[in-house]
Amino acid sequence: MKYETQNIALAYFVVALALFAVQVSIGLLMGYVYVAPNFLSELVPFNILRMLHSNSLIVWLLLGFFGAAYYLLPEESEREIHSRTLAWLQLGILVLGTLGVVVTYLFDIAQGNFIFGKEGREFLEQPKWVKVGIVVAALIFLYNVSMTVLAGRKTAITNILLLGLWGLALLFLFAFYNPANLALDKMYWWYVVHLWVEGTWELVMASILAFLMLKLTGVDREVVEKWLYVIVAAALFSGILGTGHHYYWIGTPGYWQWIGSIFSSLEVIPFFAMMAFAFVMVWKGRRDHPNKAALLWALGCATLAFFGAGVWGFLHTLHGVNYYTHGTQITAAHGHLAFYGAYVCLNLAIITYAMPHLLGREPYNQVLNMASFWLMSAGVVFMTFVLTFGGTVQTHLQRVMGEEFMFVQEQLALFYWMRFGAGIAVVLGALLFIYAVFVPRREVISPEPSVAAE
Amino acid sequence: MSQRPDDPPGLLDELPGEVMMWVLIISELLVFGAGLVAFMAMRLTDPAGFAEAQAHLHRAGAALNTVVLVTSGLLAAWAVHAAEAGREARKRALLAGAMALGVVFLVIKGMEYADKASQGIGIETNTFFTFYYLLTGFHAAHVVAGVVLLGLVAVLRDPRATETGAAFWHMVDLVWVLLFPVIYLIR
Repeated sequence: MKYETQNIALAYFVVALALFAVQVSIGLLMGYVYVAPNFLSELVPFNILRMLHSNSLIVWLLLGFFGAAYYLLPEESEREIHSRTLAWLQLGILVLGTLGVVVTYLFDIAQGNFIFGKEGREFLEQPKWVKVGIVVAALIFLYNVSMTVLAGRKTAITNILLLGLWGLALLFLFAFYNPANLALDKMYWWYVVHLWVEGTWELVMASILAFLMLKLTGVDREVVEKWLYVIVAAALFSGILGTGHHYYWIGTPGYWQWIGSIFSSLEVIPFFAMMAFAFVMVWKGRRDHPNKAALLWALGCATLAFFGAGVWGFLHTLHGVNYYTHGTQITAAHGHLAFYGAYVCLNLAIITYAMPHLLGREPYNQVLNMASFWLMSAGVVFMTFVLTFGGTVQTHLQRVMGEEFMFVQEQLALFYWMRFGAGIAVVLGALLFIYAVFVPRREVISPEPSVAAE
Repeated sequence: MSQRPDDPPGLLDELPGEVMMWVLIISELLVFGAGLVAFMAMRLTDPAGFAEAQAHLHRAGAALNTVVLVTSGLLAAWAVHAAEAGREARKRALLAGAMALGVVFLVIKGMEYADKASQGIGIETNTFFTFYYLLTGFHAAHVVAGVVLLGLVAVLRDPRATETGAAFWHMVDLVWVLLFPVIYLIR
């Protein structure tokens, strides 16, 4: 660790990983609800579980991004972070807000209250006081990182990262607008969620990947920057109007079907470019960095993001296809692999890279960490296949044959059991990852087959 | 990748103007290309309806616009030569001409839209007009952007900037030359 304030990242990563564990555990519970639908139905209904699962995902990924920014900005800007106190204050507000959200969801307190109650929206669903807290925390964060970057060296990586983070924070402001018209509500909801994951987050992803490639492969900065600009241009070109693929059936005008289909088809390109970038850099790189696990996560991220977001996204993005598959398990398959590949793997990659420095350990083999990559990734990939096949059957029975929803669900039981099994692998993989980054102090495998691992 | 000084220049370095402009141009061509393919595919599903809708279009106006835009492209190409020869005043005059013709294109296009509106034809009238407005509307937006861009590079003294602006303007030209026959002429 070259700069003292980089260790702010440690606290962010710890909270992020704790929420990650919570998120996948709730996911596993939901996987069980799919096979035993009455499980927990009185205590915590499925829609609440789903809100917890998806919202905790978003929150921990964001905490990971914040941690990543605090870790890599000092190295890129060659400056300490502007203010350590502000970084702690920001984390405090976010943790308090998260706890507030969980309590509000679970016990539905202050129902109907403008400040403290739920808004009945499911996705942009935080009590007003938490939303305000998020904005305050975001402002503190943006002030803190912008002051750091402005005072120091400006690189393509810091510029793109800041652009992504500023865009991310500004787009959240749409969460305050809650129109009575449900179609409009959904439209603005996508201004936040789509323009995050297929816009600003992609900028964050590209810049963090670029940072990792720079450090892990030793490729020239100039080359990395060329790739970075092309990737970012392709992401914004396709991603912004690609929002149209969410507007097919929510009551928006019909021309969105064509705008959405055409632009979102091109969203494959930036994800392909990121995969090509990662592999070309490793191929051309001269440095043999000891942190093999971080490289594995980075390559896994680029590859699984291409398949999950790119290929599985394209699978049902054309409106003629989406007319049949919308909201079936095909969507769930895409959602899981895309989020895992693009953003979970990205966070785990930067955490794997940063942790040995943050904890003051030499980068070591990290065999357990690599094992957790294969276990978790295999789990998510198997889940994706199972849900894709299940979703295909569901689409045919429900949307083509017109059979009744619950009747079709019953026929998907086998797929849901296999998905539950995949979920167990993912949870075990996540726990193994957390153990692997925090606990073992030495973990060296000798190349000699006769020497036992330490 | 260790770019040694003796490395031969890559393919990307040989492109005129900014590389990022070429990324944009390729993206634009993909979008308009996909739009035209989708348009032609939809025409197969309803040839009679498309022919009837097409009869409402102003072919003469669009043909005139083609001449206007291609001439404007010629002026932009001359401007690149002028910029490379270091003749700033001539470059600016040529770019101003190219921009003026771009504005003429927009005026003629605007008259066409106004005429459609007075007939009660809008983007949701039928599939033909959805594509008509999407494709020509997106294209017109690019003409606006192109006029602004040409104005910007006219001020800059860098010949590379003029090349970049002209590359964008030729793309706008090319897209119109593809849209014109497919939307207005082919029955």
